[in-house]
Amino acid sequence: MSKTFDTSTPSPASTLDAKIHYLFQLADNALIMGQRLCEWTGVAPELEIDLALCNIALDHLGQANAWYEYLVEIYPHPTDVDQLAFCRDEHQYYNITLTELPNGDFAQTIAKMALFSIFNYYLHDALRKCPDARIAAIAARSYKEIQYHRRYTSNWILRLGDGTDTSHERMQRALDIVWDHAFEAFAPSPADRIMHQHGIAPDLEQIKSLWEHEVHQLLHKATLSIPETGFTGYRAKSDGIHTEHMGYLLAEMQYMQRRYPNLQW
Amino acid sequence: MTKEEILDILQQIKDPEIPNLSVIELGMIRDVEVNAPNAVIVRFTPTYSGCPATTLIKMEILQRLKAAGVEHIEIVEQLSPPWTTESFSPQALEKLRQAGIAPPHPHHKKGEDPPSLGIPCPYCESTDTKLLSAFGTTACKALYQCNSCGQPFDYFKCH
Repeated sequence: MSKTFDTSTPSPASTLDAKIHYLFQLADNALIMGQRLCEWTGVAPELEIDLALCNIALDHLGQANAWYEYLVEIYPHPTDVDQLAFCRDEHQYYNITLTELPNGDFAQTIAKMALFSIFNYYLHDALRKCPDARIAAIAARSYKEIQYHRRYTSNWILRLGDGTDTSHERMQRALDIVWDHAFEAFAPSPADRIMHQHGIAPDLEQIKSLWEHEVHQLLHKATLSIPETGFTGYRAKSDGIHTEHMGYLLAEMQYMQRRYPNLQW
Repeated sequence: MTKEEILDILQQIKDPEIPNLSVIELGMIRDVEVNAPNAVIVRFTPTYSGCPATTLIKMEILQRLKAAGVEHIEIVEQLSPPWTTESFSPQALEKLRQAGIAPPHPHHKKGEDPPSLGIPCPYCESTDTKLLSAFGTTACKALYQCNSCGQPFDYFKCH
């Protein structure tokens, strides 16, 4: 666990390693977001919410698929999308811990989704202009979908925050629970740094200030207070060190591929 | 086979979720290259990342071209520039309406929420309509209801 965050001695041994790690960050964020959101299928508070959450889950799974397809092409040994998505061990996933947190109540799901989709929005806005044509193409398509996710969840933050006493209280509590985890997105992993040096990944400080500006405005408008930031040293993205929730998520998600290797629908 | 013959075949392939529009009318076919009489490359642009129809449509392209005697078929996924509803032809918009789906509206800015009111009803043409849900039966649609004729209907979002 003695990893260094010094740029001069990054842990990925080559640029290719860094790129692979970076693509896993993108792919795993999308996959784990999608997996969690699928848990709402059929049990959301209203039919319209059910439709929305399932549609957004599908967007995320589609985006994950596109990133894994790119990974398969540049991976150092033969593999396929299913192997990458379903057959890695916990410490080999590089999503941020925010995405793996349990759905909790509807407010907690919205809090997670809003903080994530605002980050994702600015990240993909930068990536769609990056010099790696494949990354830019996937990001450009995903960006269109993320715009919907950002609007949908921001609208719910407003409605619940500036709603009844109960909805306000639950929305605030939800934000307090997930808040710290969002900051993992802005702490550069070695892969983030190397990809930034190559002009592919954006400066996360910049993304963070855009995110903070938008989130602060949104919470203010929703009459919610900005939670105090506590521990922000989560290291799933850089080192694959996850919260206790990840193991349970993977156990369910990987069951079929583990039990029946190479199964096809 | 000529490019025109291939396009004629592709024109027969409909989107399973919008059964009266072909993949060409929906702008999913970017180009067709005929390299040898029996070798064809189809440049295909998927719509939404998670659109479940994509796999089905690709399978149908393979089957139809095989049945027509094309031996070597390559479907190249072309992501850039991303698919957009702007490439719909006027005929495609009319066909959507006929299928009971309100076509993308010029006042709806891409990336914005679908307008809460005023999308013309594809059944009675009234603009006295209201948005029920920004996410509809598929990723590409929103759900509306007409206050005049009472009919709920799908709206194809600008994308």
